[in-house]
Amino acid sequence: MSDFTMRIDGREVPAARGQTILEVAGNAGIEIPTLCHHEQLEPHGGCRLCIVELDFGEWTRLVVSCVYQAKPDLEVRTRSGKVDKLRKIILELLLAHAPDSELLKELAAEYGANRTRFEQEPSFCVHCGLCVRYCAEVKGAHAVGFIDRGVRKEIAFLPEIAKEVCEDCKECFPLCPTSYAQAAYVLMDALSTR
Amino acid sequence: MIKRTVDHTSVDEIIDRYDGEKSFLIQVLLDLQAEQHWLQKDALSRISERLEVPLMRIQHIATFYKAFSLVPKGRHQVHVCTGTACHVRGAGRVLHTVEELIDIRPGETDLDLKFSLETVNCLGCCALGPVIEIDGKAHGKVTSGKTAEVLKGYE
Repeated sequence: MSDFTMRIDGREVPAARGQTILEVAGNAGIEIPTLCHHEQLEPHGGCRLCIVELDFGEWTRLVVSCVYQAKPDLEVRTRSGKVDKLRKIILELLLAHAPDSELLKELAAEYGANRTRFEQEPSFCVHCGLCVRYCAEVKGAHAVGFIDRGVRKEIAFLPEIAKEVCEDCKECFPLCPTSYAQAAYVLMDALSTR
Repeated sequence: MIKRTVDHTSVDEIIDRYDGEKSFLIQVLLDLQAEQHWLQKDALSRISERLEVPLMRIQHIATFYKAFSLVPKGRHQVHVCTGTACHVRGAGRVLHTVEELIDIRPGETDLDLKFSLETVNCLGCCALGPVIEIDGKAHGKVTSGKTAEVLKGYE
């Protein structure tokens, strides 16, 4: 079902129309780090960790591979000086919010990110939206969602719905890169008495 | 917590104005906010039911926009401009006077639900500074004395 080929890290790989670079790479066994991607969900482009460099010969361009559509004859680099530098900064920014996330710590070690570079401001949520989107798109339950905006944006479970559906589901907990979804649920459960 | 009897008729009436069309969600919320000065949870549940929009989504929108409030607001919204021009012309004194007169801080509502106070960054009429805006009507070149006079005119 491959419509054309493109090059990723110097390898010729098959790709189909409508696929994103991330999907093409995944099928070819080339790993690109990401926090907000999930096979069953619409592409989100939230964490920006899957950033890759496109080589057009004279110039290059940085794109987010989970939302960028594959095209014939693309020359993609999943690791390069620019890409690594950006991923390092993104990780450092995320670590300011979730300094003890195992997943982030592993990635930080790989990219040499310093977890104390930015002032620690643990909100634990990195706004990947996995729990919110999974609950809405896959489960259709809408038990968890975002509230507020900007620096105050956070996830919140809606007690009325969560009480009905979450106990038997909890499928969003393992998706969370920081375990905050679970924490938010437990907190909501403890605070709502109904 | 303020408990009021659930009155769906006024909510339903607003929804009917827009034929229960879900794309008018924000307009429905704006109308409700204008009528009741806040968005009660029961009302949001009703809107969710009638417009077939998940309550979570409504909550996201209601907390996203500053125009909406999930706690009761006063009948009159007092906005004191603290933008640069107004600040230089003495907005601090005006704000202090308003705080004294209605005995609330910015972001708060008085016990009679008469006034809610907010500071804003610019109302776009710097030549009139210092400006206070009450229910959308701008009062320019206000002084402490004039502020008291203006506030007296609201019931």
